[in-house]
Amino acid sequence: MSLKIFDIAGSALSAQSVRLNTVASNLANADSVSSDAASVYKARMPVFKAEAGDSSPDTASVRVLGVVESQAEAQKRYEPGHPLSDKDGYVYAPNINVVEEMVNMISASRSYQSNVELMNTAKDLALRTLSLGK
Amino acid sequence: MATDPLFGIHPDALQFQRQRMEMLAANIANADTPGYKARDLDFGKLLAAAQQQPAGNSVTQPGHLALDNDSLKAATVWRVPTQPAADGNTVDAQVEQSQFAQSALQYQANLSFIDGRLRSLMTAITGQ
Repeated sequence: MSLKIFDIAGSALSAQSVRLNTVASNLANADSVSSDAASVYKARMPVFKAEAGDSSPDTASVRVLGVVESQAEAQKRYEPGHPLSDKDGYVYAPNINVVEEMVNMISASRSYQSNVELMNTAKDLALRTLSLGK
Repeated sequence: MATDPLFGIHPDALQFQRQRMEMLAANIANADTPGYKARDLDFGKLLAAAQQQPAGNSVTQPGHLALDNDSLKAATVWRVPTQPAADGNTVDAQVEQSQFAQSALQYQANLSFIDGRLRSLMTAITGQ
């Protein structure tokens, strides 16, 4: 049992945890308002890319190419009493879709679980191979 | 070990299952990668190629599976998606998981066969 499965599943684990981190950051900042549209928090999301191995081009691990910021327009809300409101009484809230973020979180955690299961199976098989003839 | 007639096809089969599990692991790992196309190894194709191939560099006996990069590449098939995704990804996590479970089970079956042969050897050596 080669240990390449661990590399592949491990790369997926770290990629999915980056995704979970961005979801956590987006949810935490869903209500972080700002006094101008430019400085408002923007939703972040990771970009995944399949990366073929050097020795065997048929198997690919996952790499996080980077984290991109959403281009969605900030929401303009009229809240003249807010300490961060601009001179016209508006505050700017990030355009984060909380439902979308929750769905993203569930998908990421399911994928994470699948990869953990994969590693467990691979570990069991490797241990059984090591104990051959005993 | 691979050329030992005692173990027959089982070491080769172990290698094949290992390669296949690596490929399925890559599919599951890339379940959320846009544009990734799921792949699988077709045992039938590999076996048919092995049966036609005479003994040569990669195999010591006709009928042995050649698990070098070229023959693996020839036996690699693209998964036909059951539900096409908008981002071009063709991984169906359930299909991949069930195939992985099947492959793991076959790997264990091969291990049991090898283990059985080893036990017979031990019986022959110790005479008990």
